[in-house]
Amino acid sequence: MLYRENGQFKSSYRADQQIFPILQDRIFIIGVLAFAFLAVPMLASDYLFRAILIPFLIFSLAAVGVNILVGYCGQISLGSGAFMAVGAYGAYNFFVRIPGMPLVPALILGGLCATAFGVLFGLPSLRVRGLYLAVATLAAQFFADWMFLRIKWFTLDTPSGSVAVSNLQVLGLPLESAVSKYLFCLAVLVVIALLAKNLVRGAIGREWMAIRDMDVAAAVIGIRPMYAKLSAFAVSSFIIGVAGALWAFIYLGAWEPSAFSVDYSFRLLFMVIIGGLGSIMGGFFGAAFIVVLPIALNQFLPVVAGLFGIGISTVGISHAELMIFGALIVWFLIVEPHGLAKLWSTAKQKLQLWPFPH
Amino acid sequence: MAFFLETTLGGLMVGMLYALVALGFVLIFKASGVFNFAQGAMVLFAALAMARFAEWIPQWTGIENRWFANIAAFVLAGLVMFVTAWVIERLVLRHLVNQEGATLLLATLGIAYFIDGLGQTLFGSNIYKIDIGLPKEPIFAFDSLFQGGILINKEDLIAAAIAAALVTLLSLFFQKTSTGRALRAVADDHQAAQSIGIPLARIWVIVWCVAGVVALVAGMIWGSKLGVQFSLATVALRALPVVILGGLTSVPGAILGGLIIGVGEKLSEVYLGPYVGGGIEIWFAYVLALVFLLFRPQGLFGEKIIDRV
Amino acid sequence: MAARKIGDVVLAVQNISLSFGGVKALTDISFDVREHEVRAIIGPNGAGKSSMLNCINGVYQPQQGAITFRGQTFKHMNSRQVAEMGIARTFQNLALFKGMSVLDNIMTGRNLKMKASLLQQAFRNPFGFGTAEREEIAQREVVERIIDFLEIQPYRKTPVGKMPYGLQKRVDLGRALAMEPTLLLLDEPMAGMNVEEKQDMSRFILDVNDEFGTTIVLIEHDMGVVMDISDRVVVLDYGKKIGDGSPDAVRNNEDVIRAYLGVQH
Repeated sequence: MLYRENGQFKSSYRADQQIFPILQDRIFIIGVLAFAFLAVPMLASDYLFRAILIPFLIFSLAAVGVNILVGYCGQISLGSGAFMAVGAYGAYNFFVRIPGMPLVPALILGGLCATAFGVLFGLPSLRVRGLYLAVATLAAQFFADWMFLRIKWFTLDTPSGSVAVSNLQVLGLPLESAVSKYLFCLAVLVVIALLAKNLVRGAIGREWMAIRDMDVAAAVIGIRPMYAKLSAFAVSSFIIGVAGALWAFIYLGAWEPSAFSVDYSFRLLFMVIIGGLGSIMGGFFGAAFIVVLPIALNQFLPVVAGLFGIGISTVGISHAELMIFGALIVWFLIVEPHGLAKLWSTAKQKLQLWPFPH
Repeated sequence: MAFFLETTLGGLMVGMLYALVALGFVLIFKASGVFNFAQGAMVLFAALAMARFAEWIPQWTGIENRWFANIAAFVLAGLVMFVTAWVIERLVLRHLVNQEGATLLLATLGIAYFIDGLGQTLFGSNIYKIDIGLPKEPIFAFDSLFQGGILINKEDLIAAAIAAALVTLLSLFFQKTSTGRALRAVADDHQAAQSIGIPLARIWVIVWCVAGVVALVAGMIWGSKLGVQFSLATVALRALPVVILGGLTSVPGAILGGLIIGVGEKLSEVYLGPYVGGGIEIWFAYVLALVFLLFRPQGLFGEKIIDRV
Repeated sequence: MAARKIGDVVLAVQNISLSFGGVKALTDISFDVREHEVRAIIGPNGAGKSSMLNCINGVYQPQQGAITFRGQTFKHMNSRQVAEMGIARTFQNLALFKGMSVLDNIMTGRNLKMKASLLQQAFRNPFGFGTAEREEIAQREVVERIIDFLEIQPYRKTPVGKMPYGLQKRVDLGRALAMEPTLLLLDEPMAGMNVEEKQDMSRFILDVNDEFGTTIVLIEHDMGVVMDISDRVVVLDYGKKIGDGSPDAVRNNEDVIRAYLGVQH
C-alpha cells in the first residue's frame, strides 16, 4: 500500500524514461542522498569514515566501472587492479610534475591515462571472449605491476618506489579531515554514477547489452562490435582509473607499486558479481558487502567462537575470512547469480504487492 | 654458449613444472568445460597436506623411517584430494551445471579462496619443508664439450623425470582403460556421453580426483624445491598462459606450452632483462599468451573455436 | 491482396557457393528479387535456406559468387554495411537480446539512426542542454509506432526472455522493422506458431509490404502461407536450386514434388 505504481500515469515519453519513474523511488533516493550528504558527517565517527565509508565510496565507484565492462558489455576483465594503478600513477605524475595542477583535473587526467591503457589491453576482446579474454586482461595486470615497479620514471625515480601526496585541496578548501575527504569522494561518486547511468540507459548502453547478449545479431543490426567493446573498455577504465586515483590520493596518501595487486582485480569482480551484474545499484551493494565483511567477521567471529569455547587468533580470523569469503561467493553464484540487486528488486516487487502475498 | 645451454636447460626444468600445473587445468576443462581457477590453491593444499602428514605420521605411528613417512603422507594427501574433489562436485558443480562460463569461472575462484583458508586452518600457515630425498647438489655435465661443464640441478632432473612419468601414466590411463575412454567421451560431447549411459557426475568426480593427484605431484615437487608456502598458489596464475599457448583442450599442448614458457621466461630475463630494468618474468608469459590470443586463439594444439548463429 | 507495383530487380544473387570444411551448403545458386515483391525461399530441412540469408547478410562469406544490391556488386558483404544499405532480417532461432525489455530490443534497431556521441549521452538531461534526451524521445516515438503496429503494447517493459515464443517472434520482426529497411529477410517467421498466430504474422508481413513497400524475402515451411502470400518462389534442395517461379508453377514442378516426398505436411 505504501509502494504503488498505481495512479502514477506518465503522459510523456520523457516522464516515462526518467531514471526513477516511480515517485516513491525518487523520494527514497533523495532521502538517501540527503542522509549521505547532511546527516552522516554529523553522526559518523572518524573510524567509521576511514574504515568503512570512504573505502565503500571509492570501491563503489570502481565497481560501477567494472560493471559497465563485465555486467553491461559482458567482457570478463581481471585487469581492474591495473586500471586503478594506471589511474593512480597517471594522476600522480600530472599532479606532481606540473606545478599548480589542481586536484580534480589531475584525477581526470589520471582517468584518461587509464582509458588509453584500457583501450590498448581491450583490443584482444575483438578476437576472443570469455576465459581467453580473462587471461588477456591478466596480462594487463601483470604488465602494469612490472611497469610501476621497474620503470622508475613513473615513480619519480624514488629508490624505494613509493610515492606520496599531501596538502590536497579542492577549490581552496583543504581535504584534511575525514569528513572533507568523505564529502569529496561522495560528490565524485554521485556525479560519475549519474553519468554512468545516463550512458547505460541510452543508445550506447543498449549497444553494450546487445554485444553481451548476442554479438553476431548485434552486427546484423548495424552495431559495430569494435566500437561497442572498445568504448566499454574506455569508459570502464576511465571510471576505475579515477577510483584508483582517489584510493591512492585520498585513502592511502602514500603507496608503492604493489598496492594495486591482482587481488584487487578479484575483489572488484566479486563485488560486481555479488552486487549484481548489469546494474549500477549492484555495484554499491557489492562494494558495501565486500568492505563490511572483513570488519564484521573481525568483530563477530571471536564472539561466536567463544560461544563454542574455541579460542581464535587473529591469524585464525584471517583464514576463516578467506573460507567464508570463498564460500559466500560460491553460495551467491548458486543461489542468486544475479546478485543482491536482484534480491533488492524482488523485495521491491513484493513491497508493491504488500500487504497482499501475490 | 655454455651459459645459453644452462639457461635453456634451467628453463626446461621450470617449464616442466608449469606443465604439471597446466595439466590439471586441461584435464578438468577437457572433461567438464570448467576452467578451474582453484588449481593453484589445490596444488598448495595438497603440498601442505603432504608436508604436515609427513611430519605427523612419525608422531602418530611411532615409526621413524623417512621413506615410510613420505609414502604414507603421499597416500593420505591423495585421499584428502579425493575427498575434496567429491565435495566440490557435490556441493558446487552439480548446482552450476547450466550456468555460463563466467559464473563457473568465478565459482572456482571462490573455491580457491575457500581451499586457501581451509588449508591454512587445517595445516598451518608457516613455511614447511617437503623432503622426499631429492639430491640438492648440482652436477656438471658435458665438461668435455664445454669448459667447466654445464650446471644442471639433479633435483630438477629428477623432478622432470617424475613429471614425464606422470604424463605417460595419464596417457596410458586415458588410452587404455575404459574409465579413460569414458573421460574422453565426456570431454568430446557431454550430452552424447550421457545418452550412452556414462554417469556424468561420477566422471566429473573422477576427473577432479585425477586433477587433485596431479596437483599433489606438482605440489610435492615444487614444495621440495621452494618450500611449501603461499606463493605456491600464485603458481597457478603463472600456469594460465601455458594453457592458452598449448590449447585449452590439449595435454601435449600443456607440456609443450609449459616448456616454451619456461625457456622463454628464463632466456628473456637473462638476455632482454638488463635493457628494460629486469623483472621481465612477471609478464613475459602473459604477453606471449596475449600475442597468441590475437593471432591463434586456440593455441598450438587446441580445437578451433567456431561461432554458430 | 492489394495490387502492388512490382518493380525492377533490386537484389540479385549470382552463382553463390558456400562450404564449411568439406560440407557444401550452397552450390551455384542464382536468383533475383524484384522491388516490392514477396519472394519465398522454400525447401526441405538442411537445404541451405538460412545459409543463403546469412550470405546476403554478411554473416557467412561465400567462397564463390557475388551479390548485387541496387546496382552495386559485392563479393563479400559486411554486416554493418548491409544494415546501412537498408537490409534487415529476423532469425530462425530468434537472436533477441534476452537481457533487455521489448522496448529496448526494438530500440537497438534504431541504433543506426542515433547520432548523439558518448559524451552527449553521458550528459543527458531534461533541461534542454545537448541532444541526447531529445533524440531518445524522438526514437521512442518511432519505436512506439512499431509496437502499436505489432500489437504488443502491454509487453513493452517485459524482459524478452520471459515472453511466449510467438510474441518473441513479433519482437524480432519489430527490431528488423525499426531499421526502416527496404529489403526485409525473414527466416521462418511463423515457426512454432499456431493458426491464429500465423494469421496475425501473415497480416503483419503483408501490411509491411503494402504500407511501406518493403521488399520481402521469406523462408517458410508452411506451404499454405507460402502459396497465399508470395509473388514468386525459389526452391532449394541439398544446396542446389531446383525450382524458381510463381507459386503455382513451383507447386506443379516434378523436381519439387520429388524433393518433398516423404515430408509430412
